[in-house]
Amino acid sequence: MSRLSSPIVRVLLYEGPGSSPLSDQFRGAVLQSLLERGFPVSCMRSSGTIDAAANSVLLVMGEFDSHPQAANSQVRFQRLEGPDPAQAADYADQVRNDLGLERPGTWKPWFPVIDYARCTNCMQCLSFCLFDVYGVSTTGGIEVRNQDNCKTECPACSRVCPEVAIMFPKYRHGPINGEDVNTDDIRREAMKVDISALLGGDVYSLLRDRSARAKSRFSKERDDERALKERLTCLSKAGQAMGVPAEVLASLPSADEIRARAEIAQARAREALELQARLGENAS
Amino acid sequence: MAASPRILYCHCAYAHIVPAETKAEVLTRLSSSSAEWDSVPDLCEMSARRDTHIATLISGGALRIAACYPRVVRALFHAAGSPLPAETLILNMRTETPENVVQELLKEDA
Repeated sequence: MSRLSSPIVRVLLYEGPGSSPLSDQFRGAVLQSLLERGFPVSCMRSSGTIDAAANSVLLVMGEFDSHPQAANSQVRFQRLEGPDPAQAADYADQVRNDLGLERPGTWKPWFPVIDYARCTNCMQCLSFCLFDVYGVSTTGGIEVRNQDNCKTECPACSRVCPEVAIMFPKYRHGPINGEDVNTDDIRREAMKVDISALLGGDVYSLLRDRSARAKSRFSKERDDERALKERLTCLSKAGQAMGVPAEVLASLPSADEIRARAEIAQARAREALELQARLGENAS
Repeated sequence: MAASPRILYCHCAYAHIVPAETKAEVLTRLSSSSAEWDSVPDLCEMSARRDTHIATLISGGALRIAACYPRVVRALFHAAGSPLPAETLILNMRTETPENVVQELLKEDA
């Protein structure tokens, strides 16, 4: 089961009828502790239905005298005894462990999100990504499909988007982090695309060729240490140009594998554009 | 009388992009308020999971969100299959002061 489809444990901090209110300080510390350990928390102070959402187990915590009524069997109850606020997170951890669920936070949620107000469905991102992050909807639109395939800290696909439509929420700088896009950003991104075209339109080809040239030169010289140094320099320059972390470049597959994946990605992009054209013709 | 808007707070627990003091202040003041609210460790993760709780939040009426840039928050909800209504208030804890975030989250409707 994928980490993104695995059930999760949610917590409901219950202070409704039949329970005693928590002190502000204790409530705040409990919340902080649960969130830091990766548990979603809702606060409830009135009467209402206590229901676990789909694909989750709801752990209801509070200083209640008797259990409030639960709407389904995916609800568990735990009385908070205090005074240690971390105990609430320990209870939640215990429930998660008992269910054999993955510990939250093992995956840093790093992936692209698309601003559809800007996206033109040009499929450059689909064509560029080697890791099958993007897919095409039944209506021929681009979509982010396999978020956990994305390489943490790598924003490279946003660099090839001519419309500045791809965002990485956890990126430090705008507009990739979601800041509003201004005309300077659009001009800058257009320049990058132009530079990419001047380099042959395919950054992977460039990387591959440079790597092959370096390999050929070093195989003659048989100087492994120098080869390593030169390769690191080469990768570092490419990384700076595209914002790709060195670890991601270092983990790229072999040149043949890159070529094969790039061809598949480009074929998928061509198919998507053809689908868009067919759907456009049918609609008109 | 219309129901109070639901509040959603994102703790952005797996990255250091929201100032820790802003998160601490907003969390403390929300926690001390009488509001009922939801908090998530990471809105990005919730979106990637296409968490059904997102649809529940949207269907519950007006929503106020404390997270990051509005453009990205809207895209995350869209990606989860539950686009945000245009009138949703989104507060950016990366740039706004905690005082302003809390004031906007808890303000009474006119």
